[in-house]
Amino acid sequence: MGAEQKLGNLGIVTTTLESLVNWGRTGAMWPMLFGLACCAMEMIATQAANYDVSRFGMELMRASPRQSDLMIVAGRVSRKMAPVLRRLYDQMPEPKWVLAMGDCASCSGVFNNYALVQGVDEVVPVDVYVAGCPPRPEALIDGIMKLHEKVRGESITHWA
Amino acid sequence: MVIEIIKGLGTTFKHIFQPSVTVEYPDEKRPVRPRFKGRHVLKRYDNGLEKCIGCALCAAACPADAIFVESDENRDSWRFSPGERYASVYEINMLRCIFCGYCEDACPTEAIVLEHDYELSYYDRASAIYTKEKLMDRLDDSGTATPMQVDPGEFDRAIPDMQDPG
Repeated sequence: MGAEQKLGNLGIVTTTLESLVNWGRTGAMWPMLFGLACCAMEMIATQAANYDVSRFGMELMRASPRQSDLMIVAGRVSRKMAPVLRRLYDQMPEPKWVLAMGDCASCSGVFNNYALVQGVDEVVPVDVYVAGCPPRPEALIDGIMKLHEKVRGESITHWA
Repeated sequence: MVIEIIKGLGTTFKHIFQPSVTVEYPDEKRPVRPRFKGRHVLKRYDNGLEKCIGCALCAAACPADAIFVESDENRDSWRFSPGERYASVYEINMLRCIFCGYCEDACPTEAIVLEHDYELSYYDRASAIYTKEKLMDRLDDSGTATPMQVDPGEFDRAIPDMQDPG
């Protein structure tokens, strides 16, 4: 199903609006630069030439939430940082997704203490959790692929 | 100044013809190092018995408290591992685990090994908890499935003689 069905030999591609829009959303999902700790290094490595997420239409990390679709929370979020994270999430335009990269963002990992948010899903809704401390660039790309799968499966009724 | 700009752009132009360094990740995977620490696997002996004896030393060594072990008594008619006890519940939360390998070091039977799988991403936190069924190594053709029925007194020693202890 999707933009690949072809009608006879006429050179016409038929598709549904749903899959066309979802295809467009997965093809240009610009991430927001949200490096908070050591995971940021792997996120930078993912962006660099060796792994190059521009192949998936993630051309560059935006520092501005108004221009981004995907928030990659890379690193531990302290209680003081949590309101800022929420505010930046609120400033992102719909549709928006959140990827919790690494153990600390997902459930605070080894830091089981009062200073850190025990998983960013306390603050923002998370779509994909990526395990690893920090995850390899491949693991992050795998998480992004899982998110793309999720977005491709979204129906028209779920659009915001 | 114009010459400098042309020189600089010459370097850029030269790189157009050089081979790309990008690894096309989902299609082509870069091999990891032999000592890379990825997802855990619980090993078996050649006869199919589980190496894990449910001592929970891995859970004690874990700095992130990612491992939960509950042990139960072995019987000769219902045997999972050599010795008195086996792990009836063995769970690792992959989102807590920091892949440090302390569990590997703590294990007296070399049952838990960090293998090379690193593609660990989930849609919800509950599915990040790996149960014993998910972690257990697959059965070789030579081994029989656990629990197995054995002769009394055959597998009394929990910790076998190892070639390379430590």
